[in-house]
Amino acid sequence: MDLYEYQGRELFSRHGLPVLDGGVASTPEEARAIAERLGGRVVVKAQVKTGGRGKAGGVKLAESVDEAVARATEILGMDIKGHTVHKVMLTVTADIAEEYYLSYLLDRANRTFLCIASVAGGMEIEQVAEETPEKVAKVAIDATVGVDEAKAREIVEAAGFPLEVRDQVVAIAVKLWHAFVTEDATLVEVNPLAKTPDGRVLCLDAKVTLDDNAAIRHPDHEAMVDRSAVDPLEQRAKEKDLNYVKLDGEVGVIGNGAGLVMSTLDVVAYAGEEYGGVRPANFLDIGGGASAAVMANGLEIVLADPSVKSVFVNVFGGITACDEVANGILQALQLLADRGEEVTKPLVVRLDGNNAEAGRAILDGAANPLVQRVDTMDGAAKRAAELAAGK
Amino acid sequence: MAIWLTKDSKVIVQGITGSEGSKHTRRMLRAGTNVVGGTNPRKAGQYVEFDGTRTPVFASVADAMAQTGADVSVMFVPAAFTKAAMIEAIDAGIPLAVVITEGVPVHDTTAAWAYNLARGARTRIIGPNCPGIASPGASNAGIIPADITGPGRIGLVSKSGTLTYQMMYELRDIGFSTCVGIGGDPVIGTTHIDALAAFQEDPETDAIVMIGEIGGDAEERAAEFIKANVTKPVVAYIAGFTAPPGKTMGHAGAIISGSSGTAEAKKVALEAAGVKVGKTPSETARLMREIMS
Repeated sequence: MDLYEYQGRELFSRHGLPVLDGGVASTPEEARAIAERLGGRVVVKAQVKTGGRGKAGGVKLAESVDEAVARATEILGMDIKGHTVHKVMLTVTADIAEEYYLSYLLDRANRTFLCIASVAGGMEIEQVAEETPEKVAKVAIDATVGVDEAKAREIVEAAGFPLEVRDQVVAIAVKLWHAFVTEDATLVEVNPLAKTPDGRVLCLDAKVTLDDNAAIRHPDHEAMVDRSAVDPLEQRAKEKDLNYVKLDGEVGVIGNGAGLVMSTLDVVAYAGEEYGGVRPANFLDIGGGASAAVMANGLEIVLADPSVKSVFVNVFGGITACDEVANGILQALQLLADRGEEVTKPLVVRLDGNNAEAGRAILDGAANPLVQRVDTMDGAAKRAAELAAGK
Repeated sequence: MAIWLTKDSKVIVQGITGSEGSKHTRRMLRAGTNVVGGTNPRKAGQYVEFDGTRTPVFASVADAMAQTGADVSVMFVPAAFTKAAMIEAIDAGIPLAVVITEGVPVHDTTAAWAYNLARGARTRIIGPNCPGIASPGASNAGIIPADITGPGRIGLVSKSGTLTYQMMYELRDIGFSTCVGIGGDPVIGTTHIDALAAFQEDPETDAIVMIGEIGGDAEERAAEFIKANVTKPVVAYIAGFTAPPGKTMGHAGAIISGSSGTAEAKKVALEAAGVKVGKTPSETARLMREIMS
């Protein structure tokens, strides 16, 4: 989960990192209350999970409370690269003498954590690394040791931080590491880490990504999920413990196993090229068990998507036998009927693997007019695309 | 002789008394795996019975190894306790630890991996979030269905469970030496490269199927490795060409971040290394069939 800047700032603040005083507002009235508390002169920043908001007019300086309210009113509701602004963050202003960069992240390739530090902050670190690689220090962090003061000093020296800020940056690097580990983050980034003319070092931005798998030990993280930004179908699926991602096509996809479902999306898109560019409507992995109840929940979500014209159920029977899956599909349709859901969209079902013959026989025996059986993945994808195209 | 798991492997199950652990221990035993015991500190000294086979429960991996000579552990422990289970297996120095559990926090896996390195990397870790490893006709450590295919001379390494089964099924008449599901998490113990290197050395493997998916750059690095080190024919399949950036597709590691981790980049890298990349799983199976015929 990527956090909004204001959530990252609050998280930093909780871990004792130096951030600017501020608050977050959803309405001009809330913005007024915060601006009054902060004394009038503030920066108003759109809260969106995308870059380039400054260029889009989503970051404004205000000299007074009234001006802060006016800027907040303009920015709230603004569209920035397809993201609607629902919240603005207001902070006191800080004069900046120098801008640095500091982050910790998961280094997948080396299966370790990495610290990136630079005295050239304020712009994209990738750009700095490309243009002036000598200004970017990358220091691997041993996960069993972490970042203590000595390690932080190594980082600060490697990046060549000016002597007069080194002690402050060392303290920040240790606290930032503590935040990274205790919050189970996969990224904590401060850009810019700024020095003010009077010599203080402050975290002026906060970019944080949290590991969703670690939610098991962070019940407080759930509160940071922004429901307004989650697709309603994805939200419904999540409540039913289904792994669903909304896409923009017309063929609903249900399968078992993340890899197989990803593969199914691709095969549907290839098949769809012959039918005017029909595309997959969603990713939905119902997992290994694929019981009737889970299948019914999955079908319900997929069929609730108005852009779905046909559904491709692609199951490889591994541990679960295909006869159980076939029964599951039929029971799911019955369950939906019992719930008063009228199913009118055609289902193309491909069953392969463990007990495939028995599963196919069950589908044939039921002779449900909505269910079409095709026995290869490529062939079934073609049929589903054809049906979605209205052929 | 296959790679890493043979008929002589002595397997223990961490979490043998749990519902998943006992269900899959039964399946492994039926597949002919030599399961010599399991662990649960609260039930040490007891036995668990599977279809008439009495399987002893030990307090720890070290105990189980000392008393049975076990050299493989398969873990079915909840995600919250997986790090501790991995550390226990590493401390005991078991040669192979297969971590089936899904949803392990990445800090835990990364810490366990660092711990393993610090202790000399005596333990090969497969997973987490993987279906395990199967050497058809010899042994099966994990949840890969044992009856899909028989033994043969194709080696398979895959990030995805069901795509592994699909590929085993498509090529079941030819058969496999070993099938390794390395898992779909961002940090995993055994990589495509590890498996490619082992298959290259394995006299019972003639050709290799490699299955990858979006996220990270493991496939690109595997492509470089193949170019430099692998003389046996390799065919590949990559899933996720239609996946949108920034969305996790089921597996925690299956995410395109910005422009990195795309299926297209992986395909291009593999083809540049001389690997034939199938457009669909079936086409990939056909490419392998041409090589083996």
